[in-house]
Amino acid sequence: MSMKVSTRQVDGVTILDLSGRITLGEGSVTIRDAVRDLLAKGQKKVLLNLADINYIDSSGIGELVSAFTTVKNAGGELKLLNLTKKVQDLLQITKLYTVFDVRDDEASAISSFTK
Amino acid sequence: MTFEESTSTLPSSLLSATDDGHTGIARIALADSTTSRVSYTLDSTLDSVNKVEQTAEQYAQRAGFDEDTIPYIAMAVREAAVNAVLHGNAYDLTKHITASFETTSDDLVIRITDQGPGLDPDTLPDPLAPENILRGSGRGIFLIRSFMDEVNFRKLHPGTELTLIKHRTPAQSGT
Repeated sequence: MSMKVSTRQVDGVTILDLSGRITLGEGSVTIRDAVRDLLAKGQKKVLLNLADINYIDSSGIGELVSAFTTVKNAGGELKLLNLTKKVQDLLQITKLYTVFDVRDDEASAISSFTK
Repeated sequence: MTFEESTSTLPSSLLSATDDGHTGIARIALADSTTSRVSYTLDSTLDSVNKVEQTAEQYAQRAGFDEDTIPYIAMAVREAAVNAVLHGNAYDLTKHITASFETTSDDLVIRITDQGPGLDPDTLPDPLAPENILRGSGRGIFLIRSFMDEVNFRKLHPGTELTLIKHRTPAQSGT
């Protein structure tokens, strides 16, 4: 199953609800394009909701990192929401869990963005 | 391709999953009293990567690994196949990758080969090093090593063979 993404806005934060797989050739380019579009529109507070991401490979991890650095370099913030255990394990194995700001509650994640 | 197909007792699901005539896949099966081994030759495409991953998952299930371990074996094999297709053969459709799956009494052994310029594992940057932690790539081999018990590289002429081994427990070996 390829990745799907839908976008919504809550209190100035853009939430990308992702579902499916983030792998080479499936979801990785989609995330890149979505983040680029948001930055082009000046939307620099980005919350990636990964609750329905059931699989991610090294390319997908790399894409999350690239999205994180792209937003950060543009002066914005990118945070992760609702990681599945598998994704959380992968981020811990790769020592990225503490690099990202990982949240498990949407309301508090939204309020954590810089006003 | 001119691979001969064995009539040994192979899972029919693998046949239907792979012998579709569109991906240039071929296979050869070898069997003896102690091991079963099947090899596939595939085009250098992402479709091949997905098929190798699915096949690995089925072999891991047949080898008796638990449901927590199977996805990580499949992921390791996927990463190896991605390396072969992307970094080894660079999507060159004149080149192929092979994937062989062997279940012994002790191990599940998967070998992935490519026809690329070769890979020296000693030159790979450490993805956990602070200077590399924010790189957008370079974690594939690291994940393979994290999920498998043994990982061996062998230089081919041309190409690379990657051997991934996961040990079966005595209970699994008895199934």
